Amino acid sequence: MTVKDTITKKLSETFAPAQIDVTDESHLHAGHAGHRPGGETHFRVYIVSPSFEGKSRIERHRMVNTALAAELADRVHALAIKAQAPGEAAT
Amino acid sequence: MSIANFIDNEVKSNDVVLFMKGNPQFPQCGFSGQVVQILDHIGVAYKGLNVLESSELRDGIKTYSNWPTIPQLYVKGEFVGGCDIVREMFQAGELQQLFAEKGVAAGASA
Repeated sequence: MTVKDTITKKLSETFAPAQIDVTDESHLHAGHAGHRPGGETHFRVYIVSPSFEGKSRIERHRMVNTALAAELADRVHALAIKAQAPGEAAT
Repeated sequence: MSIANFIDNEVKSNDVVLFMKGNPQFPQCGFSGQVVQILDHIGVAYKGLNVLESSELRDGIKTYSNWPTIPQLYVKGEFVGGCDIVREMFQAGELQQLFAEKGVAAGASA
């Protein structure tokens, strides 16, 4: 299973998202300090879930970071997050 | 002084502190660079601390805020967020509002 698949699976299980899109952007960071051979270091997450309703930006990011704590401690070097509640998704 | 005390002292004795990779003149990471550009655009004075100079600082700041990534922006001792949050707040005008509410002088677009 790729890291991208693992991230998608964990976030799907944790947040039951209406929409989720995980992008591996590692190739954009080749040569950068956090890059590793084989990539899978830099990811972008777009997730829409009712879990984020009424939560601040920091709380939402903490929720995502907590769900992916093992990945962040291991090889994931950067994680860009856009986390929205369903009603906000259109904006 | 422990690293936690050092960090605590920095965020409490400076109005705006950015823990980043590289320094404001020469950011060494795209995410840090984005926050630098936003702060420079708003025109607030801030202190940049380069975590690449100290692995102790790099690990210490992640523990301090319970936040796994860098950059990290602090205003008046309070953790504001990382690159995504700072950018979203800037685009919504909330970052400028935060500086105004906290009494931090902004030069350009206040």
